[in-house]
Amino acid sequence: MTLNRRASRHSDPSSTGQRGGVASIVTDRRRFIGFLIAAPTLAAAAELGLSAPRSAEAAIPSGPQPPEIYDLNDMLKDATLPTSNLITVTINTDGTASFALPRAEVGQGITTSTAMLVAEELDIPVHKVNVTLADARPELLFNQLTGGSNTTISTYTPIRVAAAIAKRALMEAAAIELGDTVDRLTAKGGVIQAPSGSSVTYGELATKAAVQQTRRVGVSLKATADFTVIGKPQNRVDALEAVTGRKGFTLDLDLPDAKPTMVCRAPTLNGTPKQIQNMSEVLAMPGITHIATVSSGVAVRGDTFGQVIDAIRALDVSWNAGTVEGKSDASVLNELKAAELPLAVPPLGPFVKTVESAFTFYFRSNSALEPNAAIADVRSDRAEIWSGLKSPIVAQQEIAQMLGLPQSAVKVHVMTSGGSFGRKLFYDAALEAAEISRAMGKPVRLMWHRTDDARVGRTHPMATSRIRASYLAGNVLTFEQRHTSVSTNFAHGLGEIITAMAAKLPVGGNLSFAETIFTLSQEVPYNYGVTDQTLTEVDAAFNTGSMRNIYSPDVCTARELMTDQLANALGKDPYKFRREFLKTDRVRAVLDKVAEVGKWGRSMPSGMAQGIALHKEYKGVNACLVELDCRPQTVDRKVRNAWTGPRVTKVVMAVDVGLAINPRGLEAQMQGGIMDGIALALTSSLHLRDGYFLEGSWDDYYYTRQWNAPPEIQVIVMPSDVQEPGGAGEFGVASAYAATACAYTRATGTMPTSFPINHNQPLGFVPKATVPPIPQSPTDGLTHTY
Amino acid sequence: MPEHTFKLNGEMVTVDVADNVRLLWVLRDVLGVTGPKYGCGINVCKACTSHINGAAFNPCSVPVSQIKETDEVTTIEGLPGTVGKDLHPMQEAWIDEDVAQCGYCQPGQIMAAVAKVNQARREGRVISDADFDEIRNICRCGTYFRIREATRAGAKNM
Repeated sequence: MTLNRRASRHSDPSSTGQRGGVASIVTDRRRFIGFLIAAPTLAAAAELGLSAPRSAEAAIPSGPQPPEIYDLNDMLKDATLPTSNLITVTINTDGTASFALPRAEVGQGITTSTAMLVAEELDIPVHKVNVTLADARPELLFNQLTGGSNTTISTYTPIRVAAAIAKRALMEAAAIELGDTVDRLTAKGGVIQAPSGSSVTYGELATKAAVQQTRRVGVSLKATADFTVIGKPQNRVDALEAVTGRKGFTLDLDLPDAKPTMVCRAPTLNGTPKQIQNMSEVLAMPGITHIATVSSGVAVRGDTFGQVIDAIRALDVSWNAGTVEGKSDASVLNELKAAELPLAVPPLGPFVKTVESAFTFYFRSNSALEPNAAIADVRSDRAEIWSGLKSPIVAQQEIAQMLGLPQSAVKVHVMTSGGSFGRKLFYDAALEAAEISRAMGKPVRLMWHRTDDARVGRTHPMATSRIRASYLAGNVLTFEQRHTSVSTNFAHGLGEIITAMAAKLPVGGNLSFAETIFTLSQEVPYNYGVTDQTLTEVDAAFNTGSMRNIYSPDVCTARELMTDQLANALGKDPYKFRREFLKTDRVRAVLDKVAEVGKWGRSMPSGMAQGIALHKEYKGVNACLVELDCRPQTVDRKVRNAWTGPRVTKVVMAVDVGLAINPRGLEAQMQGGIMDGIALALTSSLHLRDGYFLEGSWDDYYYTRQWNAPPEIQVIVMPSDVQEPGGAGEFGVASAYAATACAYTRATGTMPTSFPINHNQPLGFVPKATVPPIPQSPTDGLTHTY
Repeated sequence: MPEHTFKLNGEMVTVDVADNVRLLWVLRDVLGVTGPKYGCGINVCKACTSHINGAAFNPCSVPVSQIKETDEVTTIEGLPGTVGKDLHPMQEAWIDEDVAQCGYCQPGQIMAAVAKVNQARREGRVISDADFDEIRNICRCGTYFRIREATRAGAKNM
């Protein structure tokens, strides 16, 4: 049953003689058990842990690293196996299908790809599938975490099984209705037709096909060759709502008594409130209804956010010290350097040469454009929470614990989010809103000011990477990478309180969890002889988290820069060198594609250059070619209140994620990843000074803007032999980041060793005040019209 | 409290709110018009971009007292009404090009794109890469490339 898929293709003698056997295995791989659920209309379900038997990779010539055999997504998927529960597709009397997805839509397009899976097996148009986000479902245990680019990998099979069972039940009900047999019926667009011409719609069958008692049933999924929806470009199901302003985010919810609420925060990171000096004066300000001291600061509730901003700026609060008092970039860098593990390989002899370098990656903000926000309505015996949550079960558990309520008394609604990039794995807004609502005895609409998000929100941790590689006679003998990082917080665990607690334990705890994640996600795709990558973490005092990937963008960029150094040392072209040293043809194919389409090696003016890099993770492979303009007239171009610098003029990316369920959505994810990669390489970071981050909004945190964006982008979705989907949400960042860094090296002749490259240049802005903690809104908006 | 009257999305509205409250909060918290989004409150992210008398502006940085009775404010909700259709051509282009990812910035992006195209037209030009480089609306999902494609496509039908 678990026969290796590749083995059968690579003419393994044990399988080539049994072609029929292989065919039956393929059939078995599509045969699953699910349930018909007792309900008023037809409802079919599958266990969320379902997946086709995993196929191990073929033998790999030199020492495979863990992710090649068992990667982060296998861990996330297997975490679900013993504890999974049912997800249900319901057929409605209007002929539509409904499905509540136990994941968070944060912009990555999973409601669209999920609708496609249901539409495929049901043979109905995608627009007839209504996908909503499920409330926190504690019975799903591990299986309501949106992270690690895992949604599609984990849900691809069970969603199709549920839809296929519904389809089968509809066909059986139609056979009775039309007085014919199932095998003579055809279904198209939600209508089932008999050869006689008589027909019946799914809507008409919804009640008739419903069952009185839940029962197990078997079903076969569609063969890949029969797909008409999966694999075809599909526009997003929420596009109309998005462009009309009707798409509802947490802060847009119509709950009139949940009044605007914000928190006045300490001038240094994680400082706590000591005393309010002027409570009664601020409470008397126009529109202000409540003030309450909570663990994170002083909360203010009022009629409009504008008035709450005024009140927060007027508050006079004394503060206790924060968690990183006095620390700055330089002191954290010293901590990291002191913790770096030594490179282990001893000198290998007089003729062996080495390349070696150390890289520094500064703190970066993972703030989405929608600020951190939550609505909470806490009563004495129950609570209701609305927020964009990627780990809603553990959020529910912690809120219940804080409020002293049973878990079942806390209802947690997962709202669609205005971006996440890892931020919404943390439920700090939901927890804070619950604490404030309890303190005030009122429902609250909590919004973090942008400056709160920038200064006390989650950051991608500062890190160093030291690499030494040795080579002799055209071969790379060793490759060592020592990645040392400020601790990445995985306190959300795998989405529920057991692993969340494990990640918080003082011994083992976050470090062993982090090391596991690192080991399961990092691999070197080249034949570099003895390969050793390690992670060491220090200093858990910062508010860190994943940021559109965890370690890979930094680890990959350091590795690809050193790959260029190795190529140079061996007198080889960067593209040809990679080609020669790559472990697999699958990676070679994406590399060749970008070299061909991007015209690798074409002549460019002095000060401009191409860079090429690749990345392998999340069961996919990805290569990127970047053209970068570092000429003075470009670098020094002026845009008002903005950072300009080198300009990426063109990007070509080729991606193979296995089965691309929605190539159009995959292309969009790669385009977004490219913008992140450019920001990480060139412009965006946080500067830590004296215990706080200097950046306080989008005018000083230089995420990629139109004036930094490449005018030309081409994303090529590769045809793939792999039949199952891989991850996509974070996948475009690393290779774009690395290729930009490699292009910068080639354009300027100097390899950058700290990122982003502008971090140690003079600040491009005047830091905003820390007291009051948020800036006042300007009043001159009417002088900036166009 | 003082009353403020102005035209919003084709209809006269009167609100009873303090003079210095920025228009964004009057729209969102008082009038329940939630298409314009908050992303910074200091006129740098441009997520609240709307139109005043046809020109792009950011209501987060305009006290409500500065809005005159003769002023006409248009948010994304009122954009289709300016062309008398269910959708403005720029919204249609946004759907065709599948621009939105999380969608939070997109109402502002569309309002900015319409104003930018009109501005180029007034100057007798077709919108160009140089014009795009002047658009300050941030998109943290990184949809900039499709924004450019959709704006060019939408401009053709405007």
